[in-house]
Amino acid sequence: MEGKSLFATGLIILLLLAGAAAFAPLLAPHNPTEQNLEKDLFPPSRAHLFGTDKLGRDILGRVLYGARISLLVGLSTVAISCFLGVVLGSLSGYFGGWTDHLIMRLIDVLLAFPGILLAIAFTAVLGPSLRHVVLALCLIGWTGYARLVRGEILALREREFVHAAEALGGTPARIVCRHMVPNLLQPLLIQATFGMAGAILAEGSLSFLGLGVQPPTPSWGAMLSEGRQFLLVAPHLTAFPGLAIMLTILGLNLVGDGLRDRLEKRGK
Amino acid sequence: MKRYLSQRLLLFFPSLLGVLTLVFFFIHLVPGDPVEVMLGESASASHKEALRRELGLNEPVWMQYLGFLKGLAVGDLGRSLYHQGKVMDLVLARFPATLELTLAAMAVAILCAFSLGILAAWKHRTWVDRCALFFSLLGLAMPNFWLGPLLIIAFSIEFGFLPVSGRGGLSHLILPALTLGTAMAALLTRMIRSSLLDVIHEDYIQSARAKGLSELAVWLKHALRNSLLPVTTILGLQFGSLLAGAVITETIFTWPGIGRLTIQAIQTRDYPLVQGCVLVIAVCYLVVNLFIDILCRVIDPRISYGR
Repeated sequence: MEGKSLFATGLIILLLLAGAAAFAPLLAPHNPTEQNLEKDLFPPSRAHLFGTDKLGRDILGRVLYGARISLLVGLSTVAISCFLGVVLGSLSGYFGGWTDHLIMRLIDVLLAFPGILLAIAFTAVLGPSLRHVVLALCLIGWTGYARLVRGEILALREREFVHAAEALGGTPARIVCRHMVPNLLQPLLIQATFGMAGAILAEGSLSFLGLGVQPPTPSWGAMLSEGRQFLLVAPHLTAFPGLAIMLTILGLNLVGDGLRDRLEKRGK
Repeated sequence: MKRYLSQRLLLFFPSLLGVLTLVFFFIHLVPGDPVEVMLGESASASHKEALRRELGLNEPVWMQYLGFLKGLAVGDLGRSLYHQGKVMDLVLARFPATLELTLAAMAVAILCAFSLGILAAWKHRTWVDRCALFFSLLGLAMPNFWLGPLLIIAFSIEFGFLPVSGRGGLSHLILPALTLGTAMAALLTRMIRSSLLDVIHEDYIQSARAKGLSELAVWLKHALRNSLLPVTTILGLQFGSLLAGAVITETIFTWPGIGRLTIQAIQTRDYPLVQGCVLVIAVCYLVVNLFIDILCRVIDPRISYGR
């Protein structure tokens, strides 16, 4: 029961976040990039519920629009990484031999780097932008999916329904796509949930270091970085974007935990 | 054990070569002319040519690669453009600070995780257990680039207990170590709790109780020992995350380690230095993982590479 309520809490957080991102133009009381230097560093008030930043921009609006960036990075990283991981993991698991060796050694090399370090290095070299952040995160992200898919494909390969499909003359692509991948959807969904949390956290870290989304586009990590200079006089600058990231990661982790528990229970 | 060691070393060297190759190609990924990016468009042609020659960019890629490997063999990572010194010297000078921070964060994580994890499993389904779970959920969700500023507000600005930044004695180390170690502590707490709960109803635990051992001895000597293996593996994997996480923590607390040096190098477009920092962190991560794998084999001799 406890697990179910935690899962529901996570789901509610994520739905609220998705709603905030989708309806940001309607919910934001002010334009998030509009500057008003007469209102710089205003504390939370009726006019500006979350206060204003050093350029007088409304923080509530920036947090709401920042949700769009975080979700965009999270979803696109997960979609691209998952696609690459499923294709390469299937090739590796189904064909084995040299294909398997080559892909697994490539994964070993990529996993020899602490994830965020590789992302930092790539965005530093390619230049800071949203596209490069997604690219850098996908570069490492696909490895987790590929390992998962390879393992599952190796197990499924010995199952009768796969032998039957082979005997009926199914091509490898058809067997993998029509018969094997549907069996992997649940573990992939769990991996994607945690992967999205990781991607959002990594985007925040990169933007915090000035390597992610560039101003004036609102991003939670960059807002935290800007707010750090005003910790003493305006702590609200860091409080709201920090809370937003934390709640998002919490929601994703709770949903991921709930899905994993369900899968484990079904397996027993 | 010898067979395991040789198999593990066989896997280590290709990974090391892969890491070196990937790091070598970083500089070639710079869009446009890397020399122009580093020096700026206004730099004179002779200046650009001199740097191109120094970096070996005039030569074919395979010659550059061989030169890079040869340099590494004698500990030469090139020269920093901004600091005008050897990259290896600069990185080695900052390494002790990063190692100090990483080890302190690890100590914080281990201390918190073992005490909370054991308590949570012992007092399963009580408020102690719920508090530990709440801490682990929050710790995993809290980004270190937010936790750091929060700790500064609380302990440095409000109470004035601890210094805001810099490296010095123990007082300087507490906040950065807490910032860096919290997520790892949260992860390990969950892990220790669940592995203890997995084994606590096993027959050998009942036998230990039947022998008349005290409950504390049963938990610490018998149950905990079996949960050490996954925890050790996670410790090794997390060490790399700590090294990489140090980039952010060092930036927040102006800690003079490799992480801060990396960010300074990125800001000044000092790519040979970025390359050197990334390489040293990645090689450390590889070596620590090798060490952890061997340690796991010592803890559990059943571990082997599948035949």
